[in-house]
Amino acid sequence: MEAAIFSFCADPASLEGVRWLACYVTTGKHANLYYATGTVLLLLAITAPTALAFGFGGAVAARSRIWPLNWIGKGYIAIVRGVPDIAFFLFFVIALDQLFEAIRHKIKCPEWDQPIWQGNDFVVCRQAKLPLGNDPQWVHDAYSFMLAVLTFSIVFGAFAANVLYGAMRAVPRAQIETAEAYGMTARQTFRRILIPQMWVYAVPGLSNLWMVLTKATPLLFLLGVEDIVYWARELGGSANPRFTDYPHGDWRMWYFLALLVFYLGLTKISEVFLERLMKRLTHGQATTGGDARRHTA
Amino acid sequence: MKTLMASTAAFAMMAGLAMAQDVVRLGTEGAYPPWNFINDQGEVDGFERDLGDELCDRAELNCEWVTTDWDSIIPNLVSGNYDAIIAGMSITDEREEVIDFTQNYTPPDPSSYVGLSDDVDVENGVIAAQSGTIQASHVAETGATLVEFATPEETIAAVRNGEADAVLADRSYLAPLVEDDAELRFVAEDVELGGGVAMGLRESDDELRETFDAAIQSMKDDGSLNELIEKWDVSSTF
Repeated sequence: MEAAIFSFCADPASLEGVRWLACYVTTGKHANLYYATGTVLLLLAITAPTALAFGFGGAVAARSRIWPLNWIGKGYIAIVRGVPDIAFFLFFVIALDQLFEAIRHKIKCPEWDQPIWQGNDFVVCRQAKLPLGNDPQWVHDAYSFMLAVLTFSIVFGAFAANVLYGAMRAVPRAQIETAEAYGMTARQTFRRILIPQMWVYAVPGLSNLWMVLTKATPLLFLLGVEDIVYWARELGGSANPRFTDYPHGDWRMWYFLALLVFYLGLTKISEVFLERLMKRLTHGQATTGGDARRHTA
Repeated sequence: MKTLMASTAAFAMMAGLAMAQDVVRLGTEGAYPPWNFINDQGEVDGFERDLGDELCDRAELNCEWVTTDWDSIIPNLVSGNYDAIIAGMSITDEREEVIDFTQNYTPPDPSSYVGLSDDVDVENGVIAAQSGTIQASHVAETGATLVEFATPEETIAAVRNGEADAVLADRSYLAPLVEDDAELRFVAEDVELGGGVAMGLRESDDELRETFDAAIQSMKDDGSLNELIEKWDVSSTF
């Protein structure tokens, strides 16, 4: 038995009440749940700005007057928004992983004469594996995590692109015309007038996206990343005394209740933050929201 | 996008430096005691943990354990995310079309029905089974209504809460549960399904299959496999 956090955990069968619970929630198996919570929060922290960057790129491309760019932007938005998330996750991620491996295979093993596809099997040489079979488990975990961030960013980026595209169009035309009348170039108008003013129109849509993203993490398990919902189900399932020192019945309800509290807390924190952000962004701006603030402040 | 690509490349280079002894990655489910489960320490444990470690010892392979969802356990094998499945998987013709099996490491064993009362009609009632298992295919072939669940745990819960009349699963999985719960009992007669449990490998990976085959044979020959089977009480012995 591995060293427990509390000294009295050596013999779980003799424990009762609070002490039993203290030992129970500090098992190595529960540590996985806490670790998964960290993974989910880290994923959200990295994915949100990355998706926003994808969205910004998509929106700018879709607005562009240069046709291939405009085409790419609109195509990206339409295709990704149109494909169900779960199909995207199952197909795209495996395909992406195989694409990386196929490229590495071409570079690293040019003398390889067998086909990459052998019946059902996708076979590349050992050196082309990503990550390598020899790599420690954390490299595999980090790689799946990176694929997850990339996939989430592409999916949510497309929705963000549509929100930003709409927001850019919502900025009053008069503002742009005034900027042009002052002799600003198109680039200056974009950076000084359009971008600062569009956020107020974008934030409500983006905040919706953020809320959806926080709850989309169970899709992670499709990529082999174990998220909190997976561990809640695994830990909550009834534990037979033959296989654990902490037997219990079907406790999934309690674990899911804890998840509920976690997600509601996350929602509350997000709402407070987004409310503040909205106030800052509407400050002094010629919108109804900004106007109301000017009179009260 | 650019930074992501750059970090992929950095990763790839880092990975390229770390060439050591070949590691064989073993994929399992981690939710099917006594075959395989996650213990209190958060590690893979059970009959197949002991078996896999012993087989790798005998074959002088450096093995590492990976857990994955049952539904995607075969797709992940064929796309190369691990090298072998060792997850209580029975040999069936359907699976043989997609992957290869070693010789079986437990003999073909009965599957059992468990319900709340003795008068369950398993031929026409509502029967729960884990999706993608031999038991699920069997129920689909009888006149019973099949309700499928992603994990074995949920199939039992379905019987407890009355959603299903009975569950069909490996006897070794059900036995400790029945022993532990006065309400659950074995009902109807056992059915013989599958050709025993074996390791699953990619069809293109003959060399590894032969290695594991030889290791299993050596464990059969010296009786250590039977000892393991008895220790974990997973099936009848050879």
